[in-house]
Amino acid sequence: MSEYESHQYDIIVIGAGGAGLRAAIEAQGRGLRTALICKSLFGKAHTVMAEGGVAAAMGNVYPEDNWKVHFRDTMRGGKLLNNWRMAQLHAQEAPDRVHELEAWGALFDRTNDGRITQRDFGGHRYARLAHVGDRTGLEMIRTLQQKAVSMDIDVFMECKILRLLPDAQGRISGAVGYWRATGEFVTFTAKAFVLATGGIGKSWMYTSNSWESTGDGHAMAIWAGADVIEMESVQFHPTGMVWPLSVRGLLVTEGVRGDGGVLRNSEGTRFMFNYVAPMFRAETAETEEEADRWYDDHANNRRTPALLPRDEVARAINAEVKAGRGSPHGGVFLDIASRRSAEYIRRRLPSMYTQFKELAGVDITATPMEVGPTCHYMMGGVRVDADTEAATVPGLFAAGEVAGGMHGANRLGGNSLSDLLVFGRRAGIGAADYAEGRTGDPEVDGAEIEAIVAEALAPLGRNGGESPYDLHRDLQETMQTLVGIIRTGPELEEALEKLGVLRERSENLTVTGGRVYNPAWNLATDLPSMLTVSTAVAQGALARKESRGGHTREDFPAADPELGKVNFVQRQTDDRGPDAPIIVSPEPLPEMPAELRQLLEEGQ
Amino acid sequence: MTTVEEATVTAVEISGTRGGPDVPTLRRDGWWVQPLVSATILIAFVVYSTWAAFVNKEYFVGTASHRDLLSPFYSPCLVASCVPGSHPATVITWWTISPALLILIFPLGFRLTCYYYRRAYYRSIWLSPPNCAVADAHSSYSGETRFPLILQNAHRWFFYFGLILNVILTIDAVEAFREPGLGIGVSVGTLVLCVNAVLLWLYSLSCHSCRHLCGGQVKSFSKHPIRHKLWKLVTPLNAHHMKFAWASLIFVALTDLYVRLVASGTIPDHRLF
Amino acid sequence: MPDAPESADATDDAADDGIEAGVDRPGGSGLGAAAGAESPGAPDRVAMRVWRGDPGGGEFAEYELAAQDGEVVLDVIHRLQATDAPDLACRWNCKAGKCGSCSAEINGRPRLMCMTRMDELPEGPVTVAPMRTFPIIKDLVTDVSFNYEVAKTVPAFSPVPEPPDGYRMQQVDIERGQEFRKCIECFLCQDVCHVIRDHEENKPRYAGPRFFIRFAELEMHPLDTNDRRELVRQKGGLGMCNITKCCTEVCPEHIKITDNAIIPMKERVVDAAYDPIGWLGRTIMRRHKRSAEEAAAGGQ
Repeated sequence: MSEYESHQYDIIVIGAGGAGLRAAIEAQGRGLRTALICKSLFGKAHTVMAEGGVAAAMGNVYPEDNWKVHFRDTMRGGKLLNNWRMAQLHAQEAPDRVHELEAWGALFDRTNDGRITQRDFGGHRYARLAHVGDRTGLEMIRTLQQKAVSMDIDVFMECKILRLLPDAQGRISGAVGYWRATGEFVTFTAKAFVLATGGIGKSWMYTSNSWESTGDGHAMAIWAGADVIEMESVQFHPTGMVWPLSVRGLLVTEGVRGDGGVLRNSEGTRFMFNYVAPMFRAETAETEEEADRWYDDHANNRRTPALLPRDEVARAINAEVKAGRGSPHGGVFLDIASRRSAEYIRRRLPSMYTQFKELAGVDITATPMEVGPTCHYMMGGVRVDADTEAATVPGLFAAGEVAGGMHGANRLGGNSLSDLLVFGRRAGIGAADYAEGRTGDPEVDGAEIEAIVAEALAPLGRNGGESPYDLHRDLQETMQTLVGIIRTGPELEEALEKLGVLRERSENLTVTGGRVYNPAWNLATDLPSMLTVSTAVAQGALARKESRGGHTREDFPAADPELGKVNFVQRQTDDRGPDAPIIVSPEPLPEMPAELRQLLEEGQ
Repeated sequence: MTTVEEATVTAVEISGTRGGPDVPTLRRDGWWVQPLVSATILIAFVVYSTWAAFVNKEYFVGTASHRDLLSPFYSPCLVASCVPGSHPATVITWWTISPALLILIFPLGFRLTCYYYRRAYYRSIWLSPPNCAVADAHSSYSGETRFPLILQNAHRWFFYFGLILNVILTIDAVEAFREPGLGIGVSVGTLVLCVNAVLLWLYSLSCHSCRHLCGGQVKSFSKHPIRHKLWKLVTPLNAHHMKFAWASLIFVALTDLYVRLVASGTIPDHRLF
Repeated sequence: MPDAPESADATDDAADDGIEAGVDRPGGSGLGAAAGAESPGAPDRVAMRVWRGDPGGGEFAEYELAAQDGEVVLDVIHRLQATDAPDLACRWNCKAGKCGSCSAEINGRPRLMCMTRMDELPEGPVTVAPMRTFPIIKDLVTDVSFNYEVAKTVPAFSPVPEPPDGYRMQQVDIERGQEFRKCIECFLCQDVCHVIRDHEENKPRYAGPRFFIRFAELEMHPLDTNDRRELVRQKGGLGMCNITKCCTEVCPEHIKITDNAIIPMKERVVDAAYDPIGWLGRTIMRRHKRSAEEAAAGGQ
């Protein structure tokens, strides 16, 4: 086939975060030869950053809770743009997935009667997040990692996948990438591929995401001809650190508010009371007293507005800062110090305590934190079949942040970890079923591999061009200023124009040094993904002429009921790859059955 | 149940070349201060206690001075040569050299096998390693897997003996309130013996073996509530084991010195009340 | 107190003589003081000595760049990459002390680059070197696959069968394990442990602190049924550890590796292997078990 190192498996999972691990465990458990590929070391995936918990209607704290309530919360949080079937499966299966983790060794915090305890989070009607202090993601990834190791799943670490390859019939059959440690290229062939590559935040300047979140999976799916949906729906988490600059964007868990923290402006006002959207008015407290009582008594009080869904809170903070009522470093104050004891804060929020203490020199048990919105999560992604996670090209599956639909226009906190588990498993099953039904060995075109390798190597052979670091910084600046939390038509058009220029500039990147663990070269090979994904985000944002969830248009501040019935689908048709255009078209959402529709209308 | 025989364990392969700067340490702070101070105190203690053990006199302040103060190095004094009044009864008649040599085996064994002292002397005396990220002074290393260091595992047995000694030294401290001819009273010597006993108890109870035996060895605390309570009692002490180790070590030597100075008539033992 | 010179950190005994503590902090100001906007005496340039090399050798490269407020060592490395040294290799992911990727030796001390603030280091050039214990790949990146190999040798969690209404565990029963599960696998404890740091030949028979806490976590798990004590004694090399406690000193998660995991494991091994009463009991039990197995085999 080619002179490159090659590996053949039944199923290849790209990405070893929660979704990828869960998919691989399922596939390997079916007796199929499965391998995991990850861009960093094993166990470092972005899942470790998840703090608050995993949402599952187990009813351990509030027996009234059940999947129907969770489904309703998820759909309302997503401004009804969610794929209803995914939201349903997610709500129904999450409790089992959490219990399963326990059987694999996870140690969640307990209730007094020895069951898994659950905490309050934004947009969830009941305390629903199973958690381990504020390091739930770490617990989850370590549990899955250890399970994967015990199952002898092969793991290829520090391997960057550049492109997916179809066979002659258009089924995804191969992938080509390189080892970061050596710079040598490697090819993988398999009967099915699962994308679990996570998010896209690294294209923004202030993000809670790690360097890995360059949208490789989103981009590779687009280049492979798969549909992506809802690319305009980027979640800005309301509370990221704003100071010092070096950690700007670093996440401050919603658990701070779940455990009693409130947002104040520079005048000391709890401003969230002024930003309750009509949709949430009926169930949100109107006075500070009621909000404070709610923490201990959910039954007789309405919830605090500090725990409205993330899009609402992020916009409110943005508005306060704009109105000149922000904190010294351009955020607002998140105050738990005056509301809970130091001992309680340290026990419930140990990593937040350390993070502020060590990085900002702030003692959160004594002083309020300064926080502001930070690019956090990609709701949009690969369009998948709700039950099998199959993408629109055969042989390709997607789960986790790279898949779209589940969260609609805005994700509720805690729903991502459960998303990883529920749909990671389903993708594993879907891929296994597909692989078992596929005949013949997967084959790919050697010439195509050569072209990809040549493209990847180009910056190394070029002289006098641009530094990938400069290009990346300009991309981040563009996305931050023009495709941020509040968007306008002209700015989005400007962004698309600038992205075109950046794309051209990327043809002229120069990297010095060799291929062995060269971060400049690694960045140069990540940039095509970032540019493609950024373009899709800007295009989607331009197309959706309304404000909905994570997508806010200043020039169309209201939600448009007609647009609430469609997804903006983006795809490359005949011409594919980083240079090819991406077509945007509105397509109707899947029709929700009447009984589920009724659930949504209850209690409105 | 997996035992070592049943578990399949593949040997871990070593590959690759080490890189980085080839120097014993890149630390530029005062990493040598800590082992130097530890070594100085440890050696000073060994020198003093050896001398004090061999000197075999002036370890007891008795009736003649209206006191009942016995040096911890010589308690319990159970051999024929013991100063009259320093012991309830002679038990061992064949031992003719200093009684301290018989007694000190146990506290010495307890401290030698103590998890904290092991750390202290492996670092400061044996230099293996002298401090963190500073190269080991030895070219080969087998840890505590072979004789004699495998005997470190006997720590809990010394702990048991240590408890017995603590009881005896506590009795000594109580008896120090007796001032023959004067009645009951408190002198500086009484306080010294009391503080010494308290420190020794704190050192013993904060011991890692103690913590393990109290409750650390159970798998489920909720099924063993009493042991869990005990464990919760000793765990905060255990966190200060290092401090108790040094405090009790230094103070036990000072106690011996105090008794010695009083017994030799160098200083008087002031009666407080 | 002998260890006092290094225990300026008074908050907690975890730093009883912590590598993190005291000596390196100019004027003992700690972090709080450094947090203010611009301290008047702050230097406006920083000097860096960064190891550049590969398996063939290397040397410290000297760099100087403008100081910026509130930066950590990793920020400076990133700025170097964007300017003077685009191919300077280092691992990093989260930049928040949660993933454990950016381990290195800063001024000779194993630390996370993302959690080491520049203003807590003493004046003068800041030395950044790769972890010594692992083979070098390039610059600050080392091959840590040793750890992943050891991970495969730890027998997996094997719980009691799940009761119909699900597992129940009390918070008190899982707290010990939860401390160990805070581990972010930065491998700084493995790096600093002299058993393999200074004696490479011990690697095949030594699991290292990271995996001793894994063994301890499983041993203390209320649902686990395995007994891994003999395994950790014979093949894990628990007896190699001479409890010099450097692992605890470098742990960025402040896990009390030595006091809460290694020593309890050593004591459990004593229960199993060096305690005559325990030995007697075990011998009898084993005989019982064997005869039960033989009976089962004979019956088939």
